[in-house]
Amino acid sequence: MSDIKITITDRDGVPHTVDAPTDMNMNVMELVRAYELAPEGTIGICGGMAMCASCQCYIQSDHDIPEKTPDEEAMLWEAFNVKDNSRLGCQIHLTEDLDGLELELAPEA
Amino acid sequence: MITTDILIIGAGPTGLFAVFEAGLLKMKCHLIDALPQPGGQLAELYPKKPIFDIPGYPEVLAGDLVTNLMNQIKQFQPGFTLGETAETIDKQEDGTFIVTTNKGTQHHAKAVAIAGGLGTFQPRKPIIPNIELFEEKGIEYFVKDPEQFRDKKIVIAGGGDSALDWSIFLSEVASSVTLVHRRNEFRGALDSVEKVQELKAKGKISLITPAEVVALKGDEHLQSVTIEKADETVSLDVDYFIPLFGLTPKLGPIANWGLEIEKNAIKVNNALDYQTNVEGIYAIGDVNIYPGKLKLILCGFHEATLMCQSVYNRINPGKRYVLKYTTVSGVDGFDGSRKEAEKAVVKSID
Repeated sequence: MSDIKITITDRDGVPHTVDAPTDMNMNVMELVRAYELAPEGTIGICGGMAMCASCQCYIQSDHDIPEKTPDEEAMLWEAFNVKDNSRLGCQIHLTEDLDGLELELAPEA
Repeated sequence: MITTDILIIGAGPTGLFAVFEAGLLKMKCHLIDALPQPGGQLAELYPKKPIFDIPGYPEVLAGDLVTNLMNQIKQFQPGFTLGETAETIDKQEDGTFIVTTNKGTQHHAKAVAIAGGLGTFQPRKPIIPNIELFEEKGIEYFVKDPEQFRDKKIVIAGGGDSALDWSIFLSEVASSVTLVHRRNEFRGALDSVEKVQELKAKGKISLITPAEVVALKGDEHLQSVTIEKADETVSLDVDYFIPLFGLTPKLGPIANWGLEIEKNAIKVNNALDYQTNVEGIYAIGDVNIYPGKLKLILCGFHEATLMCQSVYNRINPGKRYVLKYTTVSGVDGFDGSRKEAEKAVVKSID
């Protein structure tokens, strides 16, 4: 398993292309925290249980990401600033298929 | 005024365990929490989720861990101020503190330990123009006293358990209840979903889905809400609008206590005792930050233990003391109870 590249646009509109490990069972929310692309306490508040939507992001590339689970879907119904391409970062696991993924962090709400 | 040795702000796992460690050193604790029950995130967010990294527990449900901690500290008779937020802190000339909550409850303590986790749970507010103008003038984020809504026209928004449960409850109290949700599907306990279905059929709850409240109107008090459904927009006369979109933690008033803050957390001296830049105020658990910090319950337990030793030395200056093991000295409760290891016997075997 090798590292992949992911481009994350932070909440100030600044894009960051980062190396993401695929061998640590990590997800997009954890990647954002690892690179400190959003202040602690504003992302991943529930720890990654699809219970808070603080890691909502907009997927900008056309990667084939696994379908939303019912939990993720229901959380997004109650989130704010939701768009058609909204996903919860904590539910997107980093795999080699996601090399080149581009996404933008949703505003803090 | 409530008096105590250590005032703990936050009744999550770290705050609760601090009561035990303080108790071993004969210090009494009182806890303040914004939530109506102890347990913090474990009780509020994920009581049914298993935790796998508590030493000695291969697996424990978050809710069960809270129950066990409450049992573990029972004999040290902690006091609780629940459903209130610590708002101000005043250091007295003698080095003690008075902490006052948003409801005016005063607490006098020899030391303060902030175990506030990610902060105080506050309602997530929907993005609707001018919503702040109508707060407490027709907008309520919690149902504190259902009688407030007797014979009133209510609109509730949300798709989870609280929206369902309060719609059911208030359908017996209010003159009308309208539930608005962005989807046709609701996420909640099955019997709540079925009950709302039944009340809708009886005409006791109006359901507007998939729809959203997009505007608020009124002079002094909220008078109507505008609801957008597909391409149509309707205006509904209301007395109260109750958006129930869950809770989110914010550091809150503690951020203004003159403590050094970094990355939304309180800086502490981890080489010594987890004290903040203000002598006598400590921060333990997820709320603090220091080089190498890990936000884990087990780290919070360790920090709570060191904090208690430091407070002991602070309030008993010059008094010599060495750490004792519970296996050796047992546990003496403030309620007169005593737990101790069974004594071995010295007896010959014939």
